[in-house]
Amino acid sequence: MRRAWAWMAVAIVTALAIDGVAVAAPYTPADDSAVLERLPEAVDPALAELKRMRVALRINPNDLNHATRLARRCIEAARETGDPRFLGQAQAALAPWWAAADPPAVALLLRATVKQSQHDFSGALADLDHLLAVRAGDGQALLTRATILTVLGRYADAQRDCAKLLRLASGLVTTTCVAGASSLNGDAAGAYRGLVQALARANDSTGTRTWALTLAAEIAARRGDAAAADIHFRDALALDPRDAYLVAAYADFLLNEARARDVASLLADSAKNDALLLRLTLAERSLPDKRSEFADHRRDLTDRFAAARRRGDTVHLREEARFRLDVENDIPAALALAKANWNVQREPADLRILAAAARASGDSDARRIVTEWLASTRLEDVTVVASTQRRAP
Amino acid sequence: MRRLILMLLCVAFATPAWAHKSSDAYLTIERDGMNISGRWDIALRDLDLALGLDANGDGQVTWGEVRARQDAIAALAAARLALSSGGEKCAMRYNGLQIDTHTDGAYAVLALAGSCKHASPTVAIEYSLLFDVDPQHRGLLNYIEDGQSRSAVFSADRSRQVVGGDMGGPLTQFAAYVHEGVWHIWLGFDHILFLVSLLLPAVLVRRDGRWKGAASFQDAFWDVARIVTAFTLAHSITLTVAALGIVSLPSRWVESAIALSVVLAALNNIFPVVARGRWIAAFAFGLLHGFGFAGALADLGLPAGSLALSLAGFNVGVELGQLVIVAAFLPVAFSLRSTWAYRRVVLTGGSAVIVAIAGIWLVERAFDVPLFVALAAG
Repeated sequence: MRRAWAWMAVAIVTALAIDGVAVAAPYTPADDSAVLERLPEAVDPALAELKRMRVALRINPNDLNHATRLARRCIEAARETGDPRFLGQAQAALAPWWAAADPPAVALLLRATVKQSQHDFSGALADLDHLLAVRAGDGQALLTRATILTVLGRYADAQRDCAKLLRLASGLVTTTCVAGASSLNGDAAGAYRGLVQALARANDSTGTRTWALTLAAEIAARRGDAAAADIHFRDALALDPRDAYLVAAYADFLLNEARARDVASLLADSAKNDALLLRLTLAERSLPDKRSEFADHRRDLTDRFAAARRRGDTVHLREEARFRLDVENDIPAALALAKANWNVQREPADLRILAAAARASGDSDARRIVTEWLASTRLEDVTVVASTQRRAP
Repeated sequence: MRRLILMLLCVAFATPAWAHKSSDAYLTIERDGMNISGRWDIALRDLDLALGLDANGDGQVTWGEVRARQDAIAALAAARLALSSGGEKCAMRYNGLQIDTHTDGAYAVLALAGSCKHASPTVAIEYSLLFDVDPQHRGLLNYIEDGQSRSAVFSADRSRQVVGGDMGGPLTQFAAYVHEGVWHIWLGFDHILFLVSLLLPAVLVRRDGRWKGAASFQDAFWDVARIVTAFTLAHSITLTVAALGIVSLPSRWVESAIALSVVLAALNNIFPVVARGRWIAAFAFGLLHGFGFAGALADLGLPAGSLALSLAGFNVGVELGQLVIVAAFLPVAFSLRSTWAYRRVVLTGGSAVIVAIAGIWLVERAFDVPLFVALAAG
């Protein structure tokens, strides 16, 4: 059903948008030494290891140990580089177990992770349910399931999984897991307080601290405490300046604070990551001296959305809705995309674009969804609330 | 614990960071009758994944490194793309290698050319590039015919697509399927031999255990008309129910039974058992032949949007093809009917040859052994 909605939106947008996929003219390079492509390992030499592991796996594709090690490295590479090709390669490594009814736990967990990153949430949940039915104390599976349940807006279920982490993971991991769900479910103040206290006590790894700080910043921003949010975001960025999720979240915060100039400098080198390119383009739109960059990036995004649509991807509905609304001012398309996206995932950012599209279009259906969600979850988010109160310009 | 943290992050930070983008290849195929032309753009990154282009391992792919693997690239393409028309594979060639740039980097551009044995209304395309090394790969097809273009997406789950049948106006489509039907019966020797076996004695009458020439053309004509009508009616029924998926029979069983029907029809001419009611045999066995036609139509593919029109077109084509055979046969057979040669050489000898041929088909089809490939085109 949800998928059907997504497809409908894609069909509408396809009908509305111009097909931006142009076929350029092929050429024959003049010189054998001409460099045509830089492979990922040219940027990060550690990725050359993936190649060696893949060659080794080809000799014995059923080697579970080897295959899961490669799949895990591929998933990490996808996260580090933001390159979805690595997710496909992770899936390839898991091929002997991809369609299996009862694969080994380690393969099942990785399979769920790949499915989740392809937004196949129901598939991922089915795998995790299966895994946790056999191994109830698998901390990673619990954490992954809690994260997906939070994305889907099933906060009570998520919190139940987080609570089970208490004896399996550090205090900061458990607190952050719980806060992720409870902050969206009527207890933003308590979640924030708990997070700040746990952060002060904890001695966790950089990765966990970055995660916790990012969440603290997001909660503060949603509650309208811009000063605190800014501090948490900058603390997190000091720990990991390359974390794409964090950078995108900070950019959204800055855009909301009308600090377009700061966004432009934050994202100056991020044009390759399309989620970040969208934020950069949104910033450039309001900067008179960035007119030509804005035009170029707008065209790039149009091309990339068209390319995603051609292959039938529905992973980028939220970003595309925002692009249609805030860059193209194409309100009907934005509304259709935002609604379709809401049927797939329910994070605050998904509600934000739905509320913005509802306000721009005056669509009563979308408006009703937003008000009902706010009422039932008691979500605290100043941006969404402002969208529901202001009238369309 | 460290692993827990690492994994946790890739879930928690589920940003749609499709920085570069997922793997796509762009396939353009243009068809003009039996000729195929087109181009195939495959990312150098993907070719490196499948074949290893970066010979010196410096993380960069140069034109020299691509050129050095030109044969391997062409071989990969040849192994991962198959076109067939009317159930027969088209011969494909990959020549020329150029470079083009897409939003996510440099692509190898292969020029492709091919020729099919039939200009059927549809082309079946089987695509399996990269699915083994990246199941998220997609092949984006742009299919062009008669100045119209159609797009389709190949994925690991949908690696075979039939295109072309629903292009052009309704009249063009209908005509295309009529044409297919005609050719199917002309090339399907088993159907022709079955019909001929039933028609050979139509210009004769059996009296006192002996064949005699029919007294009038009218008698012969009506005998032929009864047989042809019964055969047509029967195979139209089964062709329709099979093509619509209402009934489906295993093709090996159907093909074997068709061969058997030919054997029996021809044997009946040598050792007559059924003399007067041959139209009943034509109807009964015609039901079987309809399933055979449906098999051929399945190879061709029926466009979902104009199923009825295409099905009717194919059926009309089969009837037309059959009428041409009858029209050629009847006057000649009628004029020769009273000769000794017709009764002995044509009827008995011809039927014996048909029994032999169809007997070989029967063995081949029932036991799946190729004895006699050349004539078994049906």
